[in-house]
Amino acid sequence: MAAVQETVDRVRQIDVDQYRYGFETIIESEKAPKGLSEDTIRFISAKKNEPAWMLEWRLEAYRRWLTMQEPTWARVDYPKIDYQDLYYYSAPKPKKEIASLDEIDPEILKTYEKLGIPLREVEVLEGVVRPEGERKVAVDAVFDSVSVATTFQEELKKAGVIFMPISHAIQQHPELVKQYLGSVVPTSDNFFATLNSAVFSDGSFVYVPPGVRCPMELSTYFRINERNTGQFERTLIIADKGSYVSYLEGCTAPQRDENQLHAAVVELVTLDDAEIKYSTVQNWYPGNSEGKGGIFNFVTKRGDCRGANSKISWTQVETGSAITWKYPSCILRGDNSRGEFYSIAISNGYQQVDSGTKMLHLGKNTTSRIISKGIAAGKSQNTYRGLVTAHRKATNARNFTACDSLLIGDKCGAHTVPYIEAKNTSALFEHEATTSKISEDVLFYCVQRGLSQEEAVGLVVNGFVRDVLQQLPMEFAVEAQKLISISLEGSVG
Amino acid sequence: MDVALVKPATERATRELFAAARDRLPGSGPVSEARQAAFDDFARRGLPYRRIEEWKYTDLRTLLREIAPLAAAPDQAALASAAKAVTAYVAGDAYKLVLVDGVFAPQLSDQTPETGVEVRALRDILENNDVAARADLLTTTAASDTMISLNTAMATDGIVIDVAENAKLTRPLHIVHIATQSSTAAFTRSLLRLANGAQATLVESFVAAEGAAAYQAHDSVVLWIGDDAGLQHVRLVEDARDAANISTAIVTVGAKATFNSLNLTSGAAVSRYQGFIKFSGEGSHADVNGVNLLNGRQHGDTTLVLDHAVPHCSSNEVFRAVLDDQAHSVFQGKIIVRPDAQKTDGRMMTRALLLSDGAEADNKPELEIFADDVSCGHGATIGALDESLLFYLRARGLSEKEAQALLIQAFVGEAIESVADDGLRDVVIGAAERWLAARG
Repeated sequence: MAAVQETVDRVRQIDVDQYRYGFETIIESEKAPKGLSEDTIRFISAKKNEPAWMLEWRLEAYRRWLTMQEPTWARVDYPKIDYQDLYYYSAPKPKKEIASLDEIDPEILKTYEKLGIPLREVEVLEGVVRPEGERKVAVDAVFDSVSVATTFQEELKKAGVIFMPISHAIQQHPELVKQYLGSVVPTSDNFFATLNSAVFSDGSFVYVPPGVRCPMELSTYFRINERNTGQFERTLIIADKGSYVSYLEGCTAPQRDENQLHAAVVELVTLDDAEIKYSTVQNWYPGNSEGKGGIFNFVTKRGDCRGANSKISWTQVETGSAITWKYPSCILRGDNSRGEFYSIAISNGYQQVDSGTKMLHLGKNTTSRIISKGIAAGKSQNTYRGLVTAHRKATNARNFTACDSLLIGDKCGAHTVPYIEAKNTSALFEHEATTSKISEDVLFYCVQRGLSQEEAVGLVVNGFVRDVLQQLPMEFAVEAQKLISISLEGSVG
Repeated sequence: MDVALVKPATERATRELFAAARDRLPGSGPVSEARQAAFDDFARRGLPYRRIEEWKYTDLRTLLREIAPLAAAPDQAALASAAKAVTAYVAGDAYKLVLVDGVFAPQLSDQTPETGVEVRALRDILENNDVAARADLLTTTAASDTMISLNTAMATDGIVIDVAENAKLTRPLHIVHIATQSSTAAFTRSLLRLANGAQATLVESFVAAEGAAAYQAHDSVVLWIGDDAGLQHVRLVEDARDAANISTAIVTVGAKATFNSLNLTSGAAVSRYQGFIKFSGEGSHADVNGVNLLNGRQHGDTTLVLDHAVPHCSSNEVFRAVLDDQAHSVFQGKIIVRPDAQKTDGRMMTRALLLSDGAEADNKPELEIFADDVSCGHGATIGALDESLLFYLRARGLSEKEAQALLIQAFVGEAIESVADDGLRDVVIGAAERWLAARG
C-alpha cells in the first residue's frame, strides 16, 4: 500500500495546477457579438466570404439545432452551458497576405515555440528511413479559428494533394466540399455536431487524389486562445481510390478560469483501397486542482470506409480537458474494409472522460479492432463507451475489443460500457475488459531489483499503454510519452 | 418529448386497469397508500421504452403495447387444468407452492413444510393487518424501475417464506406460476427470508396450463440471505410461446453468505428477467448465471446488476444465449463496485450462439468501478457454431440436428454446471432438452 499512498500523495502535490502549457497570448482579435442567432451565423459566413449555399447549409443546421436537446447520457457532469453567453467567432486581426512565416505575429510564433512545435523546421527524425525519402511534417497551424500559416504547399501541390483551411476549400473546391461535407456526420447528427455545422469557424481540408501516397504527415495544431470563445473546428479528409494519408492533430490550450466549449467535427472518407490514419494528442487545460475551469470537449469524429478494401485508423492520446465527450467511429460500408481504434485516455484531478468508439459493420468481410487503455487517477471519472454492431448483410464481420482500465488511488472511477450487437450468424465478435490497480507483486519485483517506487509505477504504466503508443507516428509518440508523464507526474515518475 | 406523445393513451388505459382491479387487491391503510404511490410512479413514467437506457433493447411500448387486464381469480375448472400442468413440471421431492393466475392455490400445494420453515400467502398477511410483516412486503429500496412499481401496485398474491436460523432444508422449495387464462395479466410478489446460517433451495417455474395463450406474467421476488446463509436459486421460464414474462429478483446477500442463481428462459414471446443483487456483508460470493434458448420470434432479455457495496466479496456471472430463426436475445450485465468496496473480485462472461441469420444478440456487459484495489473483468463473444466441430460429429454419423444439439448442450452446459445439486441440475437440463426436442 505504501507505493500507492506515495503515488496518491505525489499526484496531489503536483497535480494539474502545474499545467505546463497554461499561458495566454495577448494579441488583438476580432469577435462576433456574444450569443447565437441567425445573425451570428450570417456574420460568420460573411466574414468568410462564403457562397450562398454554405450560408443556407449553416442556417438549416442552426434551425435544426434549435429543436434539439443537449444529450445527458454520458457519464459527465458539468454546469449548464449558456449558449447565448459565448462568442462564436474570433479571429486574429488580418494584417496582410502572408508570404512566409516571418510575417506572422511573433507572439503567436513564440506560443508555438513554448509548446515545442516545430513550425519552421522540417522535422527529420534520425534513424527513420522511409522509401519516399525523408520524413516531413506539414503544419497547417490553426490559431484560434483562422489558419495563419501553411507550409509545404509546394511539395503537396506537386503530389496533387489539396491541404488547406476549409474556408479556402469552400471557395476553391466547392464541388468537393459540397459532395462530402456532412456526408459522414450529417448536420442533424447530434446536438454538438449540429451546433458545429451552424457555426464552424475553420478547420482543415484534405483531398488526396487517386493512387497518391501523401508524401508527408499532415498535422494541425489547434489552440483555443480567446477568452470565452467556443472553438468549432471542422475537418474534412477525403482519400480517393488507392490513396494514403496520415493526419496528425495535437492540441494545447492556455490556462483560464472559465470553462471553454469546444465542439469539433471531423469527417473522414475513404474510397476503394484507400487508407487514412488519424492521430490525435489532446492536451487541453484540464482545470485546476479544485476542478475549476478546463475545456469542455464535445467532439464528433467519424470515418466512412465508403469503398471496398479501405481502411480508417484512429489513434488518440487523451490527457487534457475537464470534460471529454468523444467517440471516433468507423462506418465499415465497403466490403473488406477495416476500422481501427487505439486509445489512451488519462484522467487526473477532477477530469471526466467519456470516450470510446463505434464500429458499424455494414459490408461483407469487414474487420475492426479496438484497443482502449484508460488510466484514472486523482478524483477523475474515466469511462469507455463503445458500440460494435453487425448489420444483417455484414457476412463474416470480425471484431476484437480489449479495453483495460488502471486505477491509481481510491477516489477515482473507471467504467466500461460496451454495446455489442450482432444480427448475422457469421459475425464473430470478441470483447474483453479488465479493471485493476497496479499489481503489488509486479511493483515488489521491480523495487527488489533496485527501481524506486515511482520508476516501477512508470514502468508498469508504460507497459500498460504500449500497444497504443506503438500505433502513433514517430513524431507524436515522443510528444505523447511526454504528455503521459506530465499528466500523471508523480505516479509515473 | 416522446413521453408526452406516448404516455396519455397508455396512462388512461392503465388508470382504468388499476381502478378496475382496486377492490381485488389485498390490503388497506398503509398498504393501499403504498400501492397508490407505486401506481402513480408507473403512470407517470409509463411502460419503459428504448430511450430508457436500462430498457434500450426491450421496448415494452412496442413489444407489449399495453398491460393486459387483471386475470380473474381461478375457478374450479382453472384449478383442475392447473393441477395437470403441475404434475408435468414439478420435480419429484420438491415442496411445491402453486400460484394459479396470480392467486395462491393451497389445494394444489404441499401442506406441511419441513421444520424451520414458515410459509404464508401474501394475501393473508396483507389482509390480516400484520403491520410488522407488512412493512417490507411492498417496499423495495433496491431499484427504481417502473415495472417494479407496477408490480407493487398490482400484486394480488404471492408466497412469503421464512427459514429459521441455522435450518438446513433438505427439499427444494418450488414456486410454480401457472397461467390458465388467455389475454390477461397476473401480478405476484414473493419473499424469501433466510435467517443467519440457513441453507435453502428455491425453484421458480413459469408455465401455462393447456390452452392458456397471450397472457402476461408479472412477478417479483425479494430474497434476503442472512449471514453465513446459502441460497440456491433456479428460475425456469417456460411460458406459452405467445405470452409475456416480466420478472424481477431483488436479492440482498449478508456476510459470508453464498448466492447461487440460474435463470433459464426458453418460453414466452417477450421475456425480461432483471436481477438486482446487492452485497450487504463482507466475505460473500455470488454465482449468477443465465441461459436463453430462443427461436421463432422470441425476445428474451436478462439484465443483471451486481452491486458490490461492501469490500471482500466476489461474484461470477456466466451467460449463454442460443438463438435460432428470428429470435432476439439481450444480455445486460452491470457490475458496480462502490467506493471503499476494496478487494472485490467481479467476473462476467457472456456468449451468444447464432444459429440463423435472422437472429440477433445484443450484449452490454458494463463495469462501474469506484474503488482501486479490485479485480474486475468481463468478456463477451458472439459467433456461430464451429464448422469443424460440426463436421467432426457429422463424420461420426450424427445428423445435422443431433450434432447441433450436442454442441448446444455443451455450450449452455457451462452455465448450468453451477447448479450443485444433481437432481436440480437434471431439472434444468430437462428444460433445456425440452427446447431442443421442440426444435426437432
